[in-house]
Amino acid sequence: MDFQFFGETILILSAGIPLTLTLASLSVFIGIFIAIGIASARLWGPVWMQKIARFYLFVFRGTPLLVQIFIIYYGLGQFEAIRDSAAWIVLREPFWCAVLALALNTGAYGSEIVRGGLLSVPQGQIEAARACGMSPRLGFMRIILPQAVRQALPAYGNELILLCKATSLASIITLMEITGLAAKLISETYRVIEVFAAAGLIYLAINFILTRIVSFTDYRLTAHLRPASEVLLEIDENLTGANP
Amino acid sequence: MTKPAIRLRGLRKSFGLNEVLSGIDLDANEGEVVSILGSSGSGKSTMLRCINLLETPSAGEVWIGDEMIELTTDKAGRSKPTDAGKVQKIRERVGMVFQSFNLWSHKTVLENVMEAPIHVLGRPKAEVREEALALLDKVGIAAKRDAYPAHLSGGQQQRAAIARSLAMHPDVLLFDEPTSALDPELVGEVLRVMRSLADEGRTMLVVTHEMGFARDVSTRVVFLHQGQIDCQGAPDDLFTGGGSERFQRFAAPS
Repeated sequence: MDFQFFGETILILSAGIPLTLTLASLSVFIGIFIAIGIASARLWGPVWMQKIARFYLFVFRGTPLLVQIFIIYYGLGQFEAIRDSAAWIVLREPFWCAVLALALNTGAYGSEIVRGGLLSVPQGQIEAARACGMSPRLGFMRIILPQAVRQALPAYGNELILLCKATSLASIITLMEITGLAAKLISETYRVIEVFAAAGLIYLAINFILTRIVSFTDYRLTAHLRPASEVLLEIDENLTGANP
Repeated sequence: MTKPAIRLRGLRKSFGLNEVLSGIDLDANEGEVVSILGSSGSGKSTMLRCINLLETPSAGEVWIGDEMIELTTDKAGRSKPTDAGKVQKIRERVGMVFQSFNLWSHKTVLENVMEAPIHVLGRPKAEVREEALALLDKVGIAAKRDAYPAHLSGGQQQRAAIARSLAMHPDVLLFDEPTSALDPELVGEVLRVMRSLADEGRTMLVVTHEMGFARDVSTRVVFLHQGQIDCQGAPDDLFTGGGSERFQRFAAPS
């Protein structure tokens, strides 16, 4: 193991971090809306919508992400109708193909997590929202969704980590994110161990920070679930600035 | 001249083939405290839930003040309100207190009380906050305003829930077995709050098993049996041998 080369490799691969993070955050952002939409459709939609949602889930959970990326990137371009359509502006870019595949994929997995979160909100609290005159939409935004998010966050953190790692598949369709740069470097130097170890280390660092962020957010959002003594201690600190 | 706050006419409700309410006529005037008694399964909670349309009546009329909730039938033959927006408007004027409190667990007590006035009525936050603090003071849990529901006793939660429904300035308050989920020693504190509301002249419909409350606080007692009103009248009459034989058996201390 050549440590000097290892250090240089980390610097070279670090250039791929922004693209990895952009891929991950964009697809999470789009994916979360897909997840909420699919989960809502399955829970409250008319029968035909539930069927579509279940089919979507079946397809995107049942096939490998790599295959999905290939189909979207190589497959869709074969249809003239798609090449002539406005969607081609997006679909001809490997970047957007990767984002699309990742978002559709995480949307499918995420919808099950979101569905569990939505179901966890007690029916009585939803009735209380109705009883004081909230529209279904307002009740969803103010009462159901905030509690569902708190409930779903730990499981969603898992999904974020999986997605972060899944961005490495984007290297297959020419994107030079961390893994893409690593593969390129190996083909130039033939030094597999150092390069992949460096790549692994970078992913490890990213996911370490990610898990910290998730658990911190989780902690901040769930004061109502902790024992009263802990929470009261916090309130005291806020008031006096001192730990009693 | 007393004005009717709630009128039910021929109210029916079935769940599948099971008819729970079979034709209820009830009037509650402004300022009346009506206790609704009955053994379990007599339909008393369902009747209360029909008043603010948490259950949709299968047939009959529900009047809140001088507004009638119009019903129609959907394609599957189920009845539903013609105008969902109107139902929401009516619910703003009808407060409901539940057996299991149903406070929103992700919000503090104060936030629970402020939520609907701000987001449903669109009132200014500062004003609502001041009023909410006064209400919490009134039900005796001002010190708990920053606590979450899970950190309160049942009695405190129920008093917070009463404050939450008062914050909407309702014309009518509905209580659905407000003390049935409480430990015996916590029942008193909730009943005291309800008694003070009755003393203010609020219109209240109370489904309860508390005979003491029904006898001492309410202006009228309604006894349901198998989805129909078996007998009703002033508590003084009913509890001194008036009313049906069935009621006497029901009310007799066992």
